[in-house]
Amino acid sequence: MAVVDPPTFSSGEAAERLTWAERVPAAYWVLAIVLLVMPAFAGNFVLNDIFGRTFYTGIIALSLMFLAGYGGMVSLVQMSIAGVGGYMVAIFGVSAIDTISLGWPWYVAIPIALVVAVLFGTLAGWLAVRTEGIYTIMITLAIAAAFFYFTRQNYVIFNGFSGFNGVLPPKLFGVDWQQAVPFYYLTLFWAVVCFLVVLYLSRAPFGLALQGVRDNPRRMAALGYNVIGHRVAAYSFAAILAGIGGILQTWNLAQISPGTAGIGPVIDVLIIAVIGGLRHPIGPFIGAFVFVILETFAIDALIAVGLAGDRFQLLIGLGFLVIVFWSPDGILGLWEKLRAARNRDPLLDRGGDAP
Amino acid sequence: MNAPTSISERLGATGTANALELRGVSKFFGALAAMEDINLTVRPGERRAVLGSNGAGKTTLFNCVTGDFPSTTGNIRFFGEDITAFPAHERIRRGLRRTYQISLLFTGLSVVDNIYLASVGVSRSRFSFLRPRRDDALMSAAENLVRVVHLDDVKDTVVAELAYGQQRQLEIAMALAGAPRFILFDEPAAGLSPTERAELIEILMGLPGHMGFIIIEHDMDVALRVAESVTMMHNGRIFKEGKPAEIEEDEEVQALYLGDGSHGHG
Repeated sequence: MAVVDPPTFSSGEAAERLTWAERVPAAYWVLAIVLLVMPAFAGNFVLNDIFGRTFYTGIIALSLMFLAGYGGMVSLVQMSIAGVGGYMVAIFGVSAIDTISLGWPWYVAIPIALVVAVLFGTLAGWLAVRTEGIYTIMITLAIAAAFFYFTRQNYVIFNGFSGFNGVLPPKLFGVDWQQAVPFYYLTLFWAVVCFLVVLYLSRAPFGLALQGVRDNPRRMAALGYNVIGHRVAAYSFAAILAGIGGILQTWNLAQISPGTAGIGPVIDVLIIAVIGGLRHPIGPFIGAFVFVILETFAIDALIAVGLAGDRFQLLIGLGFLVIVFWSPDGILGLWEKLRAARNRDPLLDRGGDAP
Repeated sequence: MNAPTSISERLGATGTANALELRGVSKFFGALAAMEDINLTVRPGERRAVLGSNGAGKTTLFNCVTGDFPSTTGNIRFFGEDITAFPAHERIRRGLRRTYQISLLFTGLSVVDNIYLASVGVSRSRFSFLRPRRDDALMSAAENLVRVVHLDDVKDTVVAELAYGQQRQLEIAMALAGAPRFILFDEPAAGLSPTERAELIEILMGLPGHMGFIIIEHDMDVALRVAESVTMMHNGRIFKEGKPAEIEEDEEVQALYLGDGSHGHG
């Protein structure tokens, strides 16, 4: 039986005497400060194409980490849910395809987009939760593939192959949120919000029960939990995250098309979550950062050593193999192993679990 | 805990109904009858022991009553309500509880968090997105249960680090969470030391009078001390029912089960 993350709400009096600020590890403070002042020394390319992408891709991967890490359900449909979110802001909001887009204001279009994304995620979850393991992967992959082909062939709503362009964030507070610095802070804000919500939820009754359902569904039913219902609810919640990530991505690229949620990106989300680590919500963001770095610089690296630049997927694949081979818990797992080897981690008494 | 009504009110509402009533309940695995034509009536507050050799169908009986797997035929009523078609969690929410022969605990959680999770299961906060406050009613209920099963000293210990006997006690606490009306104990004494058995008897005898239970137990000392009535099962059928003294004296029972003292465990 797998191990449920130890919750903090009853973990002894030592923790209770610390204020919340003291309980946050120093590394997080350093990271927070670096991320906040980043625009002072980083160029637009780094802000937008590295970090902005890392944050929204991380949010989408976080929705998978929530399902897979806490719920034991590997869902490949999360990128499609993100796609639904992106498509819906394009359809209900403003885009260059004004024959289809309804042009409603952002405060109507965004809530509708998220609601539709949650409905889609709930439906996918409702279909998937009756299966386990490889069958969950297969059924969610099937839904993702169906969504991809449907959007490519449907011209009435999804505008087929070309999709929508000119999908821009609203000029709220007079800021052009698509510019590098505002977009950096926008995605950083939502990444932090999603990260903290998942972290908090992991120790709230809903999250604890989800981990219980993962480890021991039979016992959970014998304690009065509706195991199926709880799993579907987890899909619904994860769909909110995926929807937010999808909308941010659509704004960043100013367009959405079937390829956004094609089979490639669908698998990428799984790779990102696994590379980063499924045991802690920071994992997907680490995975997204590594993935974006690889995808951005692998071409140059390959050309530098005299190989064809379009083989960058090879590097990603090799990296994936190496990480999965040496550490099933992703980079997070490597990190913990490293700390265990140096024996500097006071948390290791708790079995090396994530903080 | 803010149960909508007290136990006595809920008992009153169901009139004179029996706590548990099984009519013609069978369970087939393919062609194999694990349990056949079981008719069983247990009054509210009654304490019943179910005895029988391995493979007699005792645990199958529990699984069918709690809905861990559904019965093939027959009819199950819980305090008058027909629960035959209910999924397990709906039966549990009506006040039915069980323990497992092999402990099914959350080994990565502390003792009190295991019980907290059990208390939340039958409450409305099972979908709560908010962490419990320090004065949370369910949390204090969990802390109380820790004392009931004598685990105060290890309440913050991770379950994986508990001794076997303590895990068995926690297993019982999980079943006591959230105002149960009737509990099924599946071999709670299995693998316990004599001292732990004495403690178990103390816990079972100390349960509130309205809380009836069925106990499957190979240890006659435990079973016949805590039970007021006994049901003997054999080859998936009910073979005899009566007071503990009658069952002990019964020649057929002795021949089958008690006779040569070779009743095994597990």
